[in-house]
Amino acid sequence: MGSVFTPRNLLVAGGFILIALGIWSGEAGIVFEKAIRVCLECIGLG
Amino acid sequence: MTRTPKIINRLIIQVAALFAYNPFLHNFLTGELYRGGSKYLCTPGLNCYSCPAAAASCPVGSLQAVLSGRNTITSTYVVGFLLLYGALFGRFICGYLCPFGLYQEALYRIPGRKLIPSRKVQMLGLLRYPIFFLLVVGAPLLVVDTFGNGTAGFCAWICPAGTLEAGIPLMLTQQSLRSLAGILFQWKLFVLILLSALSVVLYRPFCRFLCPLGLIYGWFNRISLHQIKIDSSRCTTCGACVSSCKLQISIHTNPGSSECIRCGDCARACPHGAISIGFDIPTSQARTVTRN
Repeated sequence: MGSVFTPRNLLVAGGFILIALGIWSGEAGIVFEKAIRVCLECIGLG
Repeated sequence: MTRTPKIINRLIIQVAALFAYNPFLHNFLTGELYRGGSKYLCTPGLNCYSCPAAAASCPVGSLQAVLSGRNTITSTYVVGFLLLYGALFGRFICGYLCPFGLYQEALYRIPGRKLIPSRKVQMLGLLRYPIFFLLVVGAPLLVVDTFGNGTAGFCAWICPAGTLEAGIPLMLTQQSLRSLAGILFQWKLFVLILLSALSVVLYRPFCRFLCPLGLIYGWFNRISLHQIKIDSSRCTTCGACVSSCKLQISIHTNPGSSECIRCGDCARACPHGAISIGFDIPTSQARTVTRN
């Protein structure tokens, strides 16, 4: 049976940890606030 | 692992992803954006969050949004999504789950002469590095206004998905925005038109030369759960896979190529069944070993 500590598994685990850290630090809120308003850069005005 | 993915299956998944990312089609009539909780989440593929129909956030736009804040120099949240998606799917996302990839492929289906880029032209793919490091990461951190807010360089100056999915629909529905359109909007419209015209004769030019998200996912292609495997006992190096590849990848010598979008054309073209493609899940591997 192979090790569970493969690079892929470590990256998946790291991804979940970073997402959790981002939620804890309020980054998820920044993303949400940006996403619910018209992004002027995206549409070529900003 | 699945042996030969069918073209029709890929198209169905691409269209399903398009509508899963953008289910609120009625918002195109009003120009209103969806404001529900799913916008906390990042999509795997490039899909503008200012598209009226969008249900979630674009990872590239989100990364720039966080980095351009006054008090942030990194984004664990968005990087976490990129790590997760990259480790699971790699560039399978580009081939199956990206609406702008689907748009370019639809244009490529228009009949006519098609271009096969020379090696020198293919080197233009290196442009994705300065685009990522200077526009996606550098501009939000370094090009700041008097209030300390950075600039989302890629969204502002390049992103054709934003122009197509958000810029044009919002300009059509909102007079107030239309009156503000100037040289920057004209530039972004020019980029979109140029890439659209190029897509008719060249397979996925944006993905090849400009897309920072494809660059990132390419870094994961060798280790992602979705893999291409070559059975060297069956491969005769006949070159059928290279001839069938629209991205000119020598997949039999480099199955983990960072350019490969996992479309499966090579597996379908191989006359010897030497190429298998699919999710490398341990349980299915064990079953294969038992069967052999």
